[in-house]
Amino acid sequence: MLNQNNLLVKLNNAGVKKNNKWLVKGVSLEIHKGQIVTLIGPNGSGKTTTAKIVLDIFKIDEGELIKNTNKLAYVPQKIAIDWTLPLRVFDFMTLTCKLKISEIEDALSLTGVVGHLYNDIRKLSGGEFQRVLIARAIAKKPELLILDEPVQGVDYSGEIALYNLIKKISKDFNCGILLISHDLHFVMSATDHVICLNGHICCSGAPSVVSKNPAYLELFGERTSSTLSLYEHKHDHTHDSDGSISK
Amino acid sequence: MFDDFFIRALIAGIGVAIVAGPLGCLVIWRRLSYFGDTLAHSALLGVTFAYSFELNASFSVFIISAVIGLLLLSLQKRTKLPGDALLGILSHASLAIGLVIIGFLSFIRIDLMSLLFGDILAVSLQEILIIWAGGFLILIILFFIWKSLFAATVNYELAAAEGMNPDRSNLIFTILLAGVIAISIKMVGVLLITGLLLIPAAMSRNFSKGPYQMIFFSAIGGVLSVIVGLFASLEFDIASGPAIITVALVFFILSLIPLKKMRALQK
Repeated sequence: MLNQNNLLVKLNNAGVKKNNKWLVKGVSLEIHKGQIVTLIGPNGSGKTTTAKIVLDIFKIDEGELIKNTNKLAYVPQKIAIDWTLPLRVFDFMTLTCKLKISEIEDALSLTGVVGHLYNDIRKLSGGEFQRVLIARAIAKKPELLILDEPVQGVDYSGEIALYNLIKKISKDFNCGILLISHDLHFVMSATDHVICLNGHICCSGAPSVVSKNPAYLELFGERTSSTLSLYEHKHDHTHDSDGSISK
Repeated sequence: MFDDFFIRALIAGIGVAIVAGPLGCLVIWRRLSYFGDTLAHSALLGVTFAYSFELNASFSVFIISAVIGLLLLSLQKRTKLPGDALLGILSHASLAIGLVIIGFLSFIRIDLMSLLFGDILAVSLQEILIIWAGGFLILIILFFIWKSLFAATVNYELAAAEGMNPDRSNLIFTILLAGVIAISIKMVGVLLITGLLLIPAAMSRNFSKGPYQMIFFSAIGGVLSVIVGLFASLEFDIASGPAIITVALVFFILSLIPLKKMRALQK
């Protein structure tokens, strides 16, 4: 499945600098059709930055970005819409492409918010707004979907349903997904490739491999210790509080 | 009462108000009110250039405003000064330079009052042509960049991520704004142009449900303000600019009245 014809995006040793400080450095990843790649890591570790590199919002200062598709859809982490702009869910759905009304309704039904089609977007709750964001992205039928913490603020049962939806989309549309998530359970059980980030790539690979990696255990040890047996390991570096590496 | 000059003023004013509708909405949505002010102040510099080099005033204002607008865009990327400070610097610098040049041009009599507050009742046929042709061009260009510009207005990153090229449409929008100022300076004057952009759009926001509705009512509100304002200007012999803006303000205040609640109370 992972042959080069299916390659959507490739990052090769990419880094982004801001005010002479590297936000991320040496990030390499590949996303293929039908594959879910997840980025995990602590706050400020460069997950969103990496997503924005793939999206071309941040221009890279070193390395290279190869993109074989321009059918992208993005669910950003935070979005604030100014009150001065009257915007209904309907207007928001067609923001970056033309859609038939049936396509809009289908996407909104999938995420369970079709009843809000003509409501002002600011009257939605946080969770409902998040569902609209996801619906907007999938209505475009993208080849590459980039989701930055897509289920934040969604209630518990909705969270499971949305994660299942994300899995289904990657299969049904054969679309590649780059997902940023803090839900380690979903990450480990449903995704194809996990990248553990902390300013650089600490470790990456299939979930079963990553979950045994010492670098992963260092970052997520406390949470996962209950499900994993004690594992002795050597670790060649540690992180200071600002994420920089000290040997 | 319906003299030729008055008909000309009406035609010119209505043209400007129609173009100001969509652009005023965008100025409000994008929080660019002070940007509009800065461009308008630079228009004074544009007018003095027109006198100095015997250029067409609208053309000269357009060029200077566009240059100031683009300068601001590039300064925002290059310096760490916040946007409002940059706006203040450019705005007052261009105003001051404009007034200094006017001082040197003592051999030409410049009617400063009509420059600052508008003199639409003296609009010529050629100026009407410039307003309508320029306005039409502005709306056509706006139509072509609309999708990208609107997406970038809602969220810059979404637009950038999904291939809408927001930087390019921001650039074009700045030039269009300079164009609107160039064609409306004769009508409301340097000091009040932003009012014509903002007040009808703000009025329209108070009862609009969607973005296109807001643009539509903003244009209607602008046109009505121009018509009523011009009649008042003629009737009471006041400058056309302040008259039009005052009428727009009255419409804005009326739009604040919560009609639905009052109807509910009557029942």
